Amino acid sequence: MTVTVKTLNDIIAPPGAAASALATEEYFINMGPQHPIAHGSLRLVVRLDGETVREVIPVPGYVHRGLEKMAEHLSWRQIIHLTDRMDYLSALMNNWAVARTIEQAAGLATNPRIETIRTLMAELQRLQSHVLWWGVLGMDLGAFTPFLYGFREREVIGEIFEETIGARLTMNYIQPGGLMDDIHPDFVRKTKQVLAYLKPKIDEYDTLLSGNVILQERLRNIGVLPAARAIALGCTGPVLRASGVPYDLRKCEPYGVYAQADFDVPVGAKGDCWDRYCVRIEEMRQSIRIVEQLIDGIPDGPHATVKFGARIKVPEGIHYGQIETARGILGVTIAADGKSDAPYRLRLRSPNFSNLWAVTELARGWRIADIIAIQSTLDLVVPDIDR
Amino acid sequence: MAGAAAPFALFAAAQAAPAWPVKTVAARAAEALPDHPWTAVLYMALAFAGLGALVAVLGMGLIYLERKIAARFQCRLGPMRVGPHGIFQTVADTFKLLFKEDIVPARADKTLHLLAPFLALSSTALMLGVIPYSPILQISDVNIGVLYIAAVSGLGVMGILLGGWSSYNKWSLIGAMRGAAQIISYEVSATLALLVVVMFAGTLSLSGIVASQAEGWWIWRAPVVGGIAFLIYLTASTAEINRTPFDIPEGESELTAGFHTEYSGLRFAFFFLAEFINMFVAAALTATLFLGGWMPFHIGGANAFNAVMDLVPPGVWFLGKTAFVVFVIMWFRWTFPRLRVDQLMRLEWKLLLPIGFANLALGALAVLYDLYFFPGA
Repeated sequence: MTVTVKTLNDIIAPPGAAASALATEEYFINMGPQHPIAHGSLRLVVRLDGETVREVIPVPGYVHRGLEKMAEHLSWRQIIHLTDRMDYLSALMNNWAVARTIEQAAGLATNPRIETIRTLMAELQRLQSHVLWWGVLGMDLGAFTPFLYGFREREVIGEIFEETIGARLTMNYIQPGGLMDDIHPDFVRKTKQVLAYLKPKIDEYDTLLSGNVILQERLRNIGVLPAARAIALGCTGPVLRASGVPYDLRKCEPYGVYAQADFDVPVGAKGDCWDRYCVRIEEMRQSIRIVEQLIDGIPDGPHATVKFGARIKVPEGIHYGQIETARGILGVTIAADGKSDAPYRLRLRSPNFSNLWAVTELARGWRIADIIAIQSTLDLVVPDIDR
Repeated sequence: MAGAAAPFALFAAAQAAPAWPVKTVAARAAEALPDHPWTAVLYMALAFAGLGALVAVLGMGLIYLERKIAARFQCRLGPMRVGPHGIFQTVADTFKLLFKEDIVPARADKTLHLLAPFLALSSTALMLGVIPYSPILQISDVNIGVLYIAAVSGLGVMGILLGGWSSYNKWSLIGAMRGAAQIISYEVSATLALLVVVMFAGTLSLSGIVASQAEGWWIWRAPVVGGIAFLIYLTASTAEINRTPFDIPEGESELTAGFHTEYSGLRFAFFFLAEFINMFVAAALTATLFLGGWMPFHIGGANAFNAVMDLVPPGVWFLGKTAFVVFVIMWFRWTFPRLRVDQLMRLEWKLLLPIGFANLALGALAVLYDLYFFPGA
């Protein structure tokens, strides 16, 4: 694969750049790494003509921690906690992706209880992640109130996690061959309570924001991502589905106990910001549906099939596993030498990295404010881009 | 022309037998000047001190109010720690801002950078001087009050423009340019809405306009036309004072802080204060022009009802109406997302302006043919 490196100098004076009738001058502006839209520390170099965006050049790397390299010096079990620090809003799903890959490679079996709890936790976290996304989208578009509503609902789900796992953000819960701990005795009751609380809240979201004419004006027909381009850019998750591609690993290659649950995969019509918004709102409802179906039938059994002290032996070779996180497909490639207790090489294909580059295509020709809307509906988590 | 005479006749009637004798501070000073010059000076000093105090009290009060109202909308408590229910929070914040380092960017145009916040604040403070708070409480009743308001409120854009321009920061510059474009555009609609009331009242003086509403507020007394003008004025003045959904010059999530990105400490506080005083002025003017100002809720001819309404003092009526409009403007802010800059322009030039013109024409017809409640009263 060849990469053409384009520096700013190549773009400052593009040959034959059409002169505007007003004889305007193009200029660069740095959005980030310290900027309210950066949501962490993402830097976008934007080439502007007045308010019109000519080009967006993402410059990732401000939160690069070298997680993949660090993993080469940690044991199979220890690398799980690193994944919490990637997409911190899908920490459990990241845990699961790596754990599942290791399980597949090492041939570790799990039991239905483990898989059901994993599925429940993953869906609760998808819900939590989307609720927060909704709040942040409101704030990005200038309505501050949804931000606090989003956080309020996020807290409620966070309390379920806290009770069982003991952590709220970096949870390190799903382990190769099991779970760190069994669920709290109150888990089922509390989850049902939370679902009953959340259902009307999502309808409230619709009345507060979705139906607002300003919001629709800001999102409809903005940043249209055609299905072919979405696939070519490697977009996954709600971004891909909003472009009309019904590709959801939970349905296409069911893992966990998703095959037992009855749920729909929402798909957009044309891939504009509004479609991405609606797909996520609908995904919240579908997540609630999945949890409702599974919460009463958690089978009995131990919460781990492998002792935590036991050495995990991953045979030599390259192993791949993937999972649908809240933002798309997280792919894990493990190269193992069959001897050492650690991966020879760990490669993570994170959904946000691929989704980020959609900004470069979507924002061109729109206004500064549209970059915000586009970036917000791509729902980027920056530490997952940089790893 | 009968049509032209009608409004002036109305004005004459309102002046001939005022239910509430209007006495401004300036008038008192002028009265005292020949015999007691020092009393006149005292009156003027009182007026200046009163204006200064008003700016400070309004700033503190409105900021506290906004925080508490925002908190209500967002299911939280808001400031609670400094004093009972956090009433001293704004005082504490003022001191914090006073003691903050005042940073001027190295390559900024220093004079303009330092001047801008004062321009922004002084233009709003100038408007406070002509607002009729109550029949006995108005500093000066300029006979061209509406024109004065339209002119002085336009001055506020200078503060934003200079502040953004002189900061030597691209974000500030974008914010300033947006602000200038927005305020100048929306002034057109705001003025068109003002003109409707001026036509009905037949005077440009603000206390004259209040007096002309003794038979009923213009929002309902001028059927439909008054209501439309009220909505246009409320929208346009929300845009003029850069409040959500029209806060694009500040556009926090887009432009970090827009035109005041490079301001800190006291100078930032001045911009902040100007925003809140502006909100009060916009609300007070909306109340004065469309909701009768200090005039109690009267229905022409229903004298018994009107007498009951008169039991509430005019100052309370004024404050109540202004507070209501302030609340509506805050309500906008904590509910709506922000418009995009081109959508903002489209709303003004393609929607509000044609409606404003049509409304003005309709209003002219209504005045010409006495098609409103209690004409000639």
